[in-house]
Amino acid sequence: MIEIQHVTKRYGAKHAVDDISFTINKGEVLGFLGRNGAGKSTTMNMITGYISASEGRILLDGMDVLEQPREVKRRIGYLPEQPPLYMDMTVEEYLKFVCDIKEVRKKSRKAHLDDLYNLVKITDVRHRLIKNLSKGYKQRVGLAQALVGNPDVVILDEPTVGLDPKQIIEIRKLISGLGENHTVVLSSHILHEVADVCDRVVIINRGKIVAQDTLSNLTHGIGEAIRMTVRVVGPEKPVTRLLHDVPGVKYVESMGSKEENSLDYIVESDAKTDVRRPMVNAILQAGYSLLMLKPMDVTLEDIFLQLTAEEKGGF
Amino acid sequence: MLAIFKRELQSYFYSAIGYVFMGCFLVIAGIFFAFGNVLSASSSVGTLFSNITFIFILIVPILTMKLMSDEKRSKTDQLLITSPLSLWSIVLGKFMAACAVFLLTLLCTGIYVIILSSYGNVSAVEVFVNYLGFFLMGCCLIAVGLFMSTLSENQVASAISTFGVILFLYLLDSIIASMSSVTMLAWLCKALNWVSLFARFTDFSSGILSLTGVIYMISFAGVFLLMTVHTLEKRRWSEG
Repeated sequence: MIEIQHVTKRYGAKHAVDDISFTINKGEVLGFLGRNGAGKSTTMNMITGYISASEGRILLDGMDVLEQPREVKRRIGYLPEQPPLYMDMTVEEYLKFVCDIKEVRKKSRKAHLDDLYNLVKITDVRHRLIKNLSKGYKQRVGLAQALVGNPDVVILDEPTVGLDPKQIIEIRKLISGLGENHTVVLSSHILHEVADVCDRVVIINRGKIVAQDTLSNLTHGIGEAIRMTVRVVGPEKPVTRLLHDVPGVKYVESMGSKEENSLDYIVESDAKTDVRRPMVNAILQAGYSLLMLKPMDVTLEDIFLQLTAEEKGGF
Repeated sequence: MLAIFKRELQSYFYSAIGYVFMGCFLVIAGIFFAFGNVLSASSSVGTLFSNITFIFILIVPILTMKLMSDEKRSKTDQLLITSPLSLWSIVLGKFMAACAVFLLTLLCTGIYVIILSSYGNVSAVEVFVNYLGFFLMGCCLIAVGLFMSTLSENQVASAISTFGVILFLYLLDSIIASMSSVTMLAWLCKALNWVSLFARFTDFSSGILSLTGVIYMISFAGVFLLMTVHTLEKRRWSEG
């Protein structure tokens, strides 16, 4: 569907995006992961034709964004990091304006807008001025804007930044629903954000692509065993030593007391061994009590660590 | 293009800017009309327009300062540029919206013409030529303002730079006049005379309709619109 071929974007001496290539397949939900400043927004801006690549080509169904901008842009809906809203318009006026510039037929316009209001749940605010809306609503109006004209491809740049947890869950639900009818590209710097909704992820770091695969392949082995919090009743030093002696444990750190009479420890193990069972047995056999064992979320950093570790191991 | 035109026109009157511009212009025009025409018993519209030209250049930046700079600042340019619209239709839509507000304001002054014609002799041709000249000159200045507004994200900066450029254009004639005594610079005077906007306007305000003047003003505005489009286009390629 979309092919990104050896694309580079230079800003002075700095390469914001450095010779990246990947493909976005029709109908998939692709996660685009990277830390802040890794080149995610730059890449998305190039795909949508907002800025031009210094080198390389971006093709949508074989059409170059720069050579046939009208055809390509008509088929892409884009929600930039900061939703492009006119604060002095009402939601309805704004979306009608977007219909105008995206050449939505006058006839089907009303039904289309009604669908959008329902989809992103903004029916109750449609007559309000955009500047008076909350951040969550603004984001939804931004999303509606990207969906105007039913584009084949929907590109969303960090759509959940700055929203509260409830809003994040709602937006995430919406996005996984979009995957049924659209090709969706979704960027984020938080791994578990894209974990639920994306079929595949592309990870970018310092302008280069470091991995592209399904999420389960990428996190394989980093699973739930790699880092956990353990709450144990017992004296600090012997417990630390005990945890350390469990085969496969690489690192133990005492985090102090969070609950009366007990201490919390962070335990890290190597990626290949599940240390939970032997660790729990050891604690109980030594006569201490285990109050909690909680795996910590796999983060983007963990994948980076794993990828760089693999690279080192390979050479 | 029509969508941009409509939105921009709407935004002039949703914010105070449209009213401020119209208000300022009409108050000043009213004062000059009262003193220059009514009290001094003159029926010439030309006098009125040449009187208010200087004040007009002060308020043109109000009309143009936010046209492009605000889009850039609030990132709504991302919506426009990633939509199927061409850059030309974005720029022309905005330009025409500003011109429309100006035209609307100018039409309000029609009441002066009605007053003048009921008490004195007013030549319809002269009135028409004057209005045409003033409108075309206004469009040229708006094109300058639109271009300056593309260069900055800051409305104040774009307003001040617009004013600077227009003021230079306005003073160009006196600069030419003071240089004309130096024979070495005769070629420069000649060249500057070709580009002088206000020299062309003087023809109109004395009631002379010249095709060259009209063509000159249209091309003047066209050049600035072209530069605006190119600046936007260049920004996409920018590697700075």
